Amino acid sequence: MTTSTAPQVMIGVEHIYKRYGDFPAVEDISFEVYKGEVLGFLGPNGAGKTTTMRILTGYMPPSEGRVTIAGHDMFTESLAARKHIGYLPETVPLYTDMTVRAYLNYQATLKGMKGAHKQARIDDVIHRLRLEDYADSHISKLSKGYRQRVGIGQAIVHEPDVLVLDEPTIGIDPIQVVETRQLIKDLGKDHTIILSSHILPEVSMICQRVIIINEGHVAAMDTPENLSSRLGGPDHLRMTVRGPAREVAALVRDQAGVITVDANNTAYEGVVRLEVICRPGRDVRPQLAAAIVNHKWDLLELQAIGMSLEEIFLRLTTKEDYDADA
Amino acid sequence: MRNILTIARKEAQTYFGSPMAYVIAAVFLAVSSVFFISDLQSTELARLTGFLFGAIVLLTVIAPLLTMRLVAEELKLGTLELLMTAPVREVEIVLGKFLGAFAILFAMLLLTWFYPLILKLGGGEPDFGPVLSGYTGLLLFGSAFMAIGLLASCVTSNQILSAVVGLGLLLLLWLLSAAGALVQNVEWAKGLLGYISLTNLYVDFLRGVIDTKAVVFLASITATMLFAATRAIEARRWR
Repeated sequence: MTTSTAPQVMIGVEHIYKRYGDFPAVEDISFEVYKGEVLGFLGPNGAGKTTTMRILTGYMPPSEGRVTIAGHDMFTESLAARKHIGYLPETVPLYTDMTVRAYLNYQATLKGMKGAHKQARIDDVIHRLRLEDYADSHISKLSKGYRQRVGIGQAIVHEPDVLVLDEPTIGIDPIQVVETRQLIKDLGKDHTIILSSHILPEVSMICQRVIIINEGHVAAMDTPENLSSRLGGPDHLRMTVRGPAREVAALVRDQAGVITVDANNTAYEGVVRLEVICRPGRDVRPQLAAAIVNHKWDLLELQAIGMSLEEIFLRLTTKEDYDADA
Repeated sequence: MRNILTIARKEAQTYFGSPMAYVIAAVFLAVSSVFFISDLQSTELARLTGFLFGAIVLLTVIAPLLTMRLVAEELKLGTLELLMTAPVREVEIVLGKFLGAFAILFAMLLLTWFYPLILKLGGGEPDFGPVLSGYTGLLLFGSAFMAIGLLASCVTSNQILSAVVGLGLLLLLWLLSAAGALVQNVEWAKGLLGYISLTNLYVDFLRGVIDTKAVVFLASITATMLFAATRAIEARRWR
């Protein structure tokens, strides 16, 4: 690949390690994020997500390794690198005694903006985040969701190339979560974004590429689709049948292609719910449906769960090996 | 430079926007006026010595109260993380915060302008030399005290703890001044303690003397403490 066609690396992470005393929080993580890309950073609590983000943003140096932002080395040209970053920490730290406008003005000024351009940009951000009604309210009066918006506001006010968002949808109500995801998608059109999350559908919805980290290591890195197909594994079905639980389970288990069946009685009399794991690449649903109907039982529900990102995630982070069972 | 002023302005606005600064200023004025009046009544001299004497004692207590929130609050709120990832140097953070606090001290001392005025209007002939040197002394001492308080604010996220540490350091500094009397037999120790005695230094200012030695000494304390504060903030990156 020649340099002219190669995508521009906006975030470069090369073999970073971070140890807190003897505890290794991050061990040998390397990845690159290209211009215009939205990268999801997934991992259970304590996997090293926040540590990695703090290293990326220059808050703390890695014990070893190198970080570059828009071509600037975070260690040797820290100020130049930091100019390119907008950062929203997980806790959304804000000065609660300031008004929204004053706060955004302060942050914009610190990040080097001035004059009419700064004012226009602050108005722009207030409008974009729909904070108009609260622009002159003290931040202490705002709800968590609005504070989140102000936090995003300070991250984008100086139009940085790179956005680092640590758990941007944590702790806000479901409607605002949907809005925030849409906002991040929109921001992805003109920013390079790295966001961490432990909500997996969110990441597959917003991100073009996913990094799963666990215990300080990169467990997997790919597009959400590729991760699903690469780790395809057994298909997963959920069935609800009105009929005798034991016989229904036995019948389903006897079908070709079915690996395991897990039957639970439901709250309803005579209704059984089954979790079925079957061999990949073979749709057993018509066959199952026919068998149930032949026995004059009622098939109330038959749902393909598939291989969700959640399962991939669990499998990668809990070291379970489904293939060995199959 | 721009970043320093941006941070200083924000800090000053925070002080003026909170009741804390007003309460402290009110207490400062109320208590210092007692010193002013009682000196006036007992000596019947048109001088500010009583006020200036009271003011330095009050400043010892007030300075750590004014500075306790400067960094500790940012640590508590988590906002220091944003400040340290913004394109701003640690030294700019420290100087900005120091300047913001200094502006409050300056404003508070400005509010005492009517003490000299009363002396003049009351028919006295105050000597403005000692008045000016006294105010200069207050500002220099105040700077040093607040720099110590700022350092104390960098080491904890608990504002009360920060105030206690700051006040403790200041009281130790004052006690060191008095310690000269305890080591009369050890010539070099006596000399050294006399040299760095805050009491001796301040008395000179009250007499109308602005000694270069005193200015350099107080400015060095301020600079050293601000440098240490910068290092204390930098050190947070390595945890």
